[in-house]
Amino acid sequence: MKFGVVIFPGSNCDHDTYYVLKDIMKQETTFLWHKEHDLKNVDCVILPGGFSYGDYLRSGAIAKFSPLMLEVVEFANKGGLVLGICNGFQVLLELGLLPGAMLRNKNLKFLCQHVHIKVENNKTLFTRKGKKGQVLKIPIAHYEGNYIAPPDTIQELKANGQIIFRYCDAEGHLNEEANVNGSLESIAGLVNTSGNIMGMMPHPERASEMILGSEDGKIIFDSIINKLV
Amino acid sequence: MIDKKILDEHNLTVEEYKRIVQLIGREPNITELGIFSLMWSEHCSYKSSKMHLKKLPVRGKNVIQGPGENAGIIDIGDGMAIVFKIESHNHPSFIEPYQGAATGAGGILRDIFTMGARPIALLDSLRFGPLSKPRNKTVMEGVISGIAGYGNSIGVPTVGGDVYFNGCYSLNPLVNVFCLGIAEKDKIFYAKAEGAGNLVLYVGSKTGRDGIHGATMASAEFGEDLEQKRPNVQVGDPFKEKLLLEACLEIMARDLVVGIQDMGAAGLTCSTTEMAAKSGSGMEIDLDLVPQREEGMTPYEIMLSESQERMLIVAKKNKVREVQEIFSKWDLDAVIIGHVSDGDRLKVKAGGETVVDIPVDAVVNLCPVYERESVIPSYMESATRLDPLPLMENYDQTFVKLLSSPTLADKEWVYRQYDHMVQVNTALLPGGDASILRLKNKKKALAVALDGNSLYSYLNPRTGGKIAVAEACRNLACVGARPVGVTNCLNFGNPEKPEIMWQFKEVIEGIAEACKTFDIPVTGGNVSFYNDTEGISIFPTPVLGVVGIIEDMNKALTPGFQEEESSVILLGENKDELGASEYIKHVFNMEKGRPPQIDLNKERQIHEFCLEAIALELIESAHDVSEGGLAVCLAECSFFSRQKIGFSLNLHDDIPPDALLFGETQSRIVVTAKDGNSKKLLELAEKRKVKATEMGKTGGDRMIISHLDKKIIDVSINEAHKAWKESIPEVFRMR
Repeated sequence: MKFGVVIFPGSNCDHDTYYVLKDIMKQETTFLWHKEHDLKNVDCVILPGGFSYGDYLRSGAIAKFSPLMLEVVEFANKGGLVLGICNGFQVLLELGLLPGAMLRNKNLKFLCQHVHIKVENNKTLFTRKGKKGQVLKIPIAHYEGNYIAPPDTIQELKANGQIIFRYCDAEGHLNEEANVNGSLESIAGLVNTSGNIMGMMPHPERASEMILGSEDGKIIFDSIINKLV
Repeated sequence: MIDKKILDEHNLTVEEYKRIVQLIGREPNITELGIFSLMWSEHCSYKSSKMHLKKLPVRGKNVIQGPGENAGIIDIGDGMAIVFKIESHNHPSFIEPYQGAATGAGGILRDIFTMGARPIALLDSLRFGPLSKPRNKTVMEGVISGIAGYGNSIGVPTVGGDVYFNGCYSLNPLVNVFCLGIAEKDKIFYAKAEGAGNLVLYVGSKTGRDGIHGATMASAEFGEDLEQKRPNVQVGDPFKEKLLLEACLEIMARDLVVGIQDMGAAGLTCSTTEMAAKSGSGMEIDLDLVPQREEGMTPYEIMLSESQERMLIVAKKNKVREVQEIFSKWDLDAVIIGHVSDGDRLKVKAGGETVVDIPVDAVVNLCPVYERESVIPSYMESATRLDPLPLMENYDQTFVKLLSSPTLADKEWVYRQYDHMVQVNTALLPGGDASILRLKNKKKALAVALDGNSLYSYLNPRTGGKIAVAEACRNLACVGARPVGVTNCLNFGNPEKPEIMWQFKEVIEGIAEACKTFDIPVTGGNVSFYNDTEGISIFPTPVLGVVGIIEDMNKALTPGFQEEESSVILLGENKDELGASEYIKHVFNMEKGRPPQIDLNKERQIHEFCLEAIALELIESAHDVSEGGLAVCLAECSFFSRQKIGFSLNLHDDIPPDALLFGETQSRIVVTAKDGNSKKLLELAEKRKVKATEMGKTGGDRMIISHLDKKIIDVSINEAHKAWKESIPEVFRMR
C-alpha cells in the first residue's frame, strides 16, 4: 500500500507521519508537495497536522486553495482514501469534504495532552481493526478542535454512523470533563457518508510506539493498510 | 553633530565615544554611531562580563564548537552532533509578554538552525512575581501563550523547563529559552563571509521599524517609561520562520553556502559586521536593495531594525541561482544586497551615497572591556542569619500547604499549552527531573535539564552557582544520563553597581568550579544584565542548561514509584539545613538563612553511583531531592507513579523534624528497588563509599513518614495530590 503525506507550508507533523508509516508501519510512503498536481499514484492521502499557512486566518482556510487540493478532491470523490489529522481535519472541513467547523477550545487555550477516545463505529476502513466501544489513548495538540455543526447535520451524522471517535474518560464514559475541547457530541473524529474520508483531531502518529506512551494509534493505520487484504 | 544628549540616547559614555573617534579616525555620522552603540552595548559586547566568563571551562574532547558562535556544538558519536544554547528575552517579555516571549523562542531557534541543525526541543526557565498580583498573572499568561504561539506553530516541542515565583521578579520577569538541535557532524555552518566577490543574500521577512534599539534597551535599567518602550519590542511570525527553517536546511543540505548568520539582536548591523570580522573580510551592501515593509526608512533605521525572521547568507558566486530557487519554492525572497570584499571595512550605500564606512574589527572586537568594581552586598550579614523556627507536633497540614506553593506545585497548566510531543521524540513528558528525547532508530537518547535557584544565589552566590550545575546534573543522573555539555543564562541586575558585580563574579566562580569537578564544558550562553526596574534588582539568577546522553534508552528511568512493596532508599545524607528553603519562604514568609552546603566531589559520587545502579538495572525509579526537601520529593514520586502508589517510611536521623522533612540538603536521590535488588544496591553503595539508607516501602494510598518511630506525616495521596495539582489552575480559573 502506498501512502502520500501532503506538505503544506506550515505543516509540522508531516515528517512524524511519514516516519511512522515508513519506519513503524513499514509501508511505501512519499511526500506530496502542495504546489504540484501529482498524487504519485498513492492509495491513501494523508493531510497531516500543523499550522498550514500559519493558520492566521481560520485553521485550514488557506490550505484549501493549494494547487494539489484539486487532485485530492477529485481523488476523494472517486472513492480514494483520505485521512486528515488535526490541521488536516480542519482542511477537510474547509474543503467541504466533511461537514461542520471548529471553534476554539472551550478553555480558550492550546491543549496538548493524552486523551481517551472511544471507537463509536468500527465498520469503517479506518477503524476495522478496532472494536466497537474500545477506548484508545491518543494525544491531542490543538487550539481549535471544538467541533460544531447545525443540529440537522448532527442528526445525520448520528443516523449514518459517521461519528467515529468520541472523547471519553479512561473507562469509556462520556462526560464534560473528558470532552476537553468542548466539541458537540464529544466528537473527535468523523467520516463522510461514503466512508472513504476521515478527519480526526487526535494524532495517531504520536501514539504508534510504546516509548511514546501508547500504540493505540496503530489501529487506525493498520485498518487502512488491511483494506486491501 | 554628536552631543552628550545623543550619546545618552545611545547608551554610550563620552570615553567610549572618544574611542570610536580614535578608531575610525573621524567623527562618526549618526548611522555609524547607531552601529557602534548596538555592537558596543552590554548585550552584544559582553563588556562587563567578558573577563569573568574566561574562568569557565570551555574545553572537552567532544566539543566541536565552544562559546563565540551562535550556539555550542558537541559530538555525540555516530556522525551526529548536538547544537544547543540558552538565551534570555527578559526585558521585551515584561513590556509586551506575548511578543517578547514569542520572539525569544524565535531568536534561539534561528541560532540553532543557522548552524545547520534541525531544532528538536525547546525548554524554558521562567521567573515571575507572586500570582497574588494581577499584573504578574497577566505577564505569566502572556509569556506562556507567546512561547506556545511560536513553538507550537513552528513545530518544535517545548518539552520542559522550570517556573519559579518570587517577589523580586514582579517588575522584572525572566524568560530564558533553551533550544537543542541535531546536525550531521560534517555539515555544520558558521557565520563566515569568506571569498571576496561572493554574494551577500538577504532572506526572510521584510525590514520594518520594529525592534529598533532592542539590544540597547536590554542594556539599561527600566524606569517608569515602560509603556513608551513597547515599540522597541519585535513582533514574531512563526509561520515565516518555519519556512525559513525548511528553506535554510534545504540549501545547507546541498553545497551552496559559504556562511550564514541570523539577524537577531542588532539585525543587519550585527550580521554584516560579525560575519566580515570573523573571516577577516570586508563587506559592501546597498540598503536600497533591502526588502522593506515601510516607506521612507532611513539608513539608520534599516541598519538598526530588529525585525524578526531574517537571515544573511553568503553564497558561492555561481550557486546564487540555486539558493534563490529553493527560497522561492518556500515562497521566500532571497535578495542579493551586496558582496564580500577585500579589506576590512563595512561599506553601506543608500540612495547612491556611502552612508557607512567603518572597519569591522573596531565594531566587533575593540569595544572597551571593563573590570567593574565589586563589593560584598550589605544585606548579606542579616539575610543569612536565621533564628530557630518553632517545631510542630505533626506536619500534615504544613506539608499539604507546601505542596500548593506555586513554585513546587504541578505545572501541567503551563506545559499542556505547549505542544510537547510534535516530532515524536518526547519519551518522558514534562514534569519529571529531566526531559528525555529519543533518537529515532538509535539505542541512545538525549536528556536535558534546566536549573537555577535564585534564592540560594542571593544568599550565597558562589554556592548558588555550584548548586545550579549540580542539580541539573543530578536531574540527568536520575533518568540515566551522563552530562556532556552546559549552556548558561546569567540574569543579573545592573553591573555598574558593585554589589551586583560581586554577585556575578561569585556565581561564575561557583559554576566554574562545579563544571570542572563534573568535567563538563560550557559551550556558550548569554549574560543578561540590567534586570532592574525602578532601582530594584532581581536576585542573581543563573540558569544552567545541561545536556546529557543516555546510552541505552531502554534503561532510562522516571521519577514515579513503579510498584508496591519496593524498598525506598535514600542515596546521600539528611542534614540540618533549613536556610533558603521553600519551606521557610512559603510557610514563614522569610527569604533567609544560609543555603545548603555542597561538596562537589560527594555530589559527583552520588551521580556516578546512580548511573551505575541504573546501568546494572538495580533500581526502578529515581528522583532527586531539591526544593521542598525530602518530603516533597517523596510526594512527587507518588504523584508521578501511574497508580499513585503511597509509601510508609521511618527515619532515624538525629536532626529536627522540620529540617528532616523540608530541608534542601544537596546530593540526595530517592530511589526504589525490588526486594532482591535492594540488598545488592546497599552492598554496592558500601563498596563505592556512598551513603545509602533504606527508609521503608512503597505501597498503600497514604504518604506516611515517621521520625524515630513517631508519625510526623500521615496524609492521603488524594488530598495532597489535589493541593499540588489545583494550585496553579485555581489562580487562573475563568470566572
